[in-house]
Amino acid sequence: MEILIASGIGVVTAAGIYLTLRARTFPVILGLTLLSYAVNLFLVSTGRLAINAPPIVHEGTKAYTDPLPQALVLTAIVIGFAMTAFVLVLALKARRELGSDHVDGRE
Amino acid sequence: MKLLLIVLLPLAGIVLPPVLVRAGRTASAWAAATPTALALVLLAGMAPTVFEGGVVEASWPWMPALGLNLAFFLDGFGLLFAGLILGIGLLIILYARYYLSEDDPMGRFYAMLLAFMGAMLGIVLSDNILLLVVFWELTSISSFLLIGYWRHRADARQGARMALAVTGAGGLCLLAAAILLGHVVGSYQLQAILAAGDTITASPLYLPILGLVLLGAFTKSAQVPFHFWLPHAMAAPTPVSAYLHSATMVKAGVFLIARLYPALSGTEEWFVLVTVIGLATMVFGAYGALFKDDLKGLLAYSTISHLGLITLLFGLNTQAGVIAGVFHIINHATFKASLFMSAGIIDHETGTRDIRKLGGLRHYMPVTMWLAAIAAASMAGVPLFNGFLSKEMFFTEVVVESERLGGIGWLLPVFATIGGLLSAAYSLRFVHDVFFGDETGALPRHPHEPPRYMRVPVEILILICVVVGVVPSLAISTVLATAAGGVLLQAPEPFSLALWHGFNVPLVMSVLALAGAVALYYQRDAAERWHERTFPAFTGKGCFESVLAGAIAASRRLTAWLDDGSVQRNVVLVIGTAVVMAAAGGITGGLDAGSRALTPAPLPAVAVWLMGVIATVVVALRHHDRFLALVATGVVGLLSALTFIYISAPDLALTQLSVEVVSTVLLLLALNVLPKETPHESSPGRRWRDGVLAVAGGGGIAALAYAAMTRPLDSISRYFLETSVPGGGGHNVVNVILVDFRGFDTFGEITVLGIAALCVYALIRDEAHTMASADTEARHPRMLLIGSRVMLPLLAVVTVYVFLRGHNQPGGGFIAGLIAAVAMVTQYMASGVHWTEQRLTGNYFPMIGAGLLTAGFTGLASWLFDVPFLTSTFSHVNWPVVGDFEIASAVAFDLGVFLTVVGSVVLMLSQFGKQQPPVEGR
Repeated sequence: MEILIASGIGVVTAAGIYLTLRARTFPVILGLTLLSYAVNLFLVSTGRLAINAPPIVHEGTKAYTDPLPQALVLTAIVIGFAMTAFVLVLALKARRELGSDHVDGRE
Repeated sequence: MKLLLIVLLPLAGIVLPPVLVRAGRTASAWAAATPTALALVLLAGMAPTVFEGGVVEASWPWMPALGLNLAFFLDGFGLLFAGLILGIGLLIILYARYYLSEDDPMGRFYAMLLAFMGAMLGIVLSDNILLLVVFWELTSISSFLLIGYWRHRADARQGARMALAVTGAGGLCLLAAAILLGHVVGSYQLQAILAAGDTITASPLYLPILGLVLLGAFTKSAQVPFHFWLPHAMAAPTPVSAYLHSATMVKAGVFLIARLYPALSGTEEWFVLVTVIGLATMVFGAYGALFKDDLKGLLAYSTISHLGLITLLFGLNTQAGVIAGVFHIINHATFKASLFMSAGIIDHETGTRDIRKLGGLRHYMPVTMWLAAIAAASMAGVPLFNGFLSKEMFFTEVVVESERLGGIGWLLPVFATIGGLLSAAYSLRFVHDVFFGDETGALPRHPHEPPRYMRVPVEILILICVVVGVVPSLAISTVLATAAGGVLLQAPEPFSLALWHGFNVPLVMSVLALAGAVALYYQRDAAERWHERTFPAFTGKGCFESVLAGAIAASRRLTAWLDDGSVQRNVVLVIGTAVVMAAAGGITGGLDAGSRALTPAPLPAVAVWLMGVIATVVVALRHHDRFLALVATGVVGLLSALTFIYISAPDLALTQLSVEVVSTVLLLLALNVLPKETPHESSPGRRWRDGVLAVAGGGGIAALAYAAMTRPLDSISRYFLETSVPGGGGHNVVNVILVDFRGFDTFGEITVLGIAALCVYALIRDEAHTMASADTEARHPRMLLIGSRVMLPLLAVVTVYVFLRGHNQPGGGFIAGLIAAVAMVTQYMASGVHWTEQRLTGNYFPMIGAGLLTAGFTGLASWLFDVPFLTSTFSHVNWPVVGDFEIASAVAFDLGVFLTVVGSVVLMLSQFGKQQPPVEGR
């Protein structure tokens, strides 16, 4: 499982980096979205993998996964959405003002 | 405590003058004088202890881990300086009341003057060398503000900038020196450093320390070659110049040399560096002063010269030299302050400071003439005035020293005499050209005596000059012995201050200097011609400006080279740097897998992984088709939600799922306005470069993630798991962390969310159009329309359920907020903006605001119970149907989170939805 998750994070990161380096705003935004998936998964995985051990306290249960990275990532997901929306609005505005969706603002 | 008050009173008093200036200019002056006078009274109260040989100390820890303490001490030398700063400061405040014109903002002036005064007091009273550096920089900043007080004048701004650059650079050197000193001595306490002179001079770091300290001191005290900022600093109002030149700023430089004398002196290096620079400065300054036509310019160069003299005296490594140096500090402060004030009076009453335009003023301002003449005589070293005494001591010392040195030692008295001669010559010029000679008729105003109280400060200082000059042993020897004792760390051997020491070499030097000065003055036209022939116009200012311009040009070139305007290139640089740095760290630090047992991977997990990889590759390779890429990105997001479920993160899965919905809708709405396809325009070379970088980055992250997951974990989370139920009243630890343990973070995050929503609104509201009533139901698919309207109440119930269970089961404000947002967005999509906003609401600002206020006030309510911000409390309530239910104050906080999330998300989405696609062909 560790191998799957690590390699999955790697693949998503690589695609994210590649798209972030594109010349048009929309692929760059998709790239940032992919990067935030990878980062979120990475952060959760630093709490180590645990199957069937959600951090919800029950009497008699001893094993829980690490709740702290989850709490951090939960807000990160929401903030990530806000960031996507903000970058998107910049892209929209830039396209409207400059007549181009190139990241440099000119073809 | 009183010691701290002396420093704090002027600093705290800053607020008074700008407020009280509304009650009049005199009130403002009183507001500045009161804290100063109070501090002076406090200081006087401690003086007896110090005169008896005691040291007053006070210390509070500030940043003990750094060795920085709020520590002050008052010894003889500190007492002298603090007295000068406060005493002359008081006179300056009185003088400035009459000097500043109606148009000058007086409150601001006094506020900055008090700040400067407080900073200076901090320097002279600090018992911690780091604290001293802090105050040192404060004087640089406050003097910058004072020099640039007339900010509409270009010369004032330039002068201020130059002073800040030069003394600020010196301050950085001093900081480095302070750190090295602390390293060598093992303490940043100044008294400990002073007592460790032998350790310091024997240390291999002695030379760097000495060089850095002297750089700090020489830049501040305007020694050659750093002197050039001082003449330009006279663009300041004259009261500031008088203060800067007499008791503060430049004196801080000589103060530092004297203060660190026990720690650094006694070596050959000290002697050579300090004496040579002092001598050069003395002669250079005096020579420069002779040819200045501006009264304040003449005085500025004379200050440079006299500071050189003081520096030289400390460089001699002798006790008598120290006594003479301290004495000259006092004398120079008195006569230079009164000379500047006289120059200010002349400027104020005649409208000019140009010596060529002035003349014959003795008829109009006889009292001022007498005052200026006495001060100038003191500066020239004429007997019966205080300057004569310290100059005699200076001559005596250089003669003694030259005998000790042998060889070229005779140069010392020769240059000393030349310096004295030049000093006397420009003093003569100051008095004779202004008050005697013929009237030039070129004065802008009809001259007359100044207001009564403008002259009082000068009169007080002149009185000191004369009393010290006539009966020195009675007037000053106790003060001098105490102050010199502070420098030397021991009571100095008895010395005699007397007017008459018999016929000796120093007397001959004095006579030579005074007679030569008169001769030179009467040949001044010839001297001036010679000067102009010999020295072409070369100024330190020009040098400074060209260095500055060069530095600016160089940084422009560097910036242009790093950033050529291409965003792609910049991103490559940033990511490339990150990859290289991480690789270096991975190679040196090791990225080996740990010993933790691997978790088994069932077949469904492999299938999910495979789907994820395929979707990701599709996004990367087929991104030119934007719809396809968007759908594939959504797939990756959904699969990551699945992964969260599998690895025991149900809250994250729920959040990811709902965010996935809203962000896909968002991106779809954006595609309505943006082009649907990305052109194929990258060259193969660039694609390869980006591909290699991407694979390197992804590989690195994968290796890092694998290493992290396989190593054993020692987490602080045990605390959260254990205290979640007893402390936070919730079983869902993730939610308890969000709304309770780390509630402050969450509060910050929902604030960011609200701000982002407002930014989105602000940026595109102009282009938003509510579709008119033509936007009818007919345009929307009937199935979706009916389905969504049926779903709405259901979703509302789900929202409430998810919200309420959040504290104990997966759910909570964030997730409930997202689900509610999805429900509302569905209405927008199914029924259109018009229909939805008519029935729900189109105004989401109150919701965001209410959410933030609810969360904030829940936090503040904790204060009512005298516990920190956002401390939660809870109790159990038995609800009829639901059963036992915990009600925690955190629920109110979570409600705030919920409202903010709903408001922000729907506001953003509705704004995107209102964008009109661009008219084709534009």
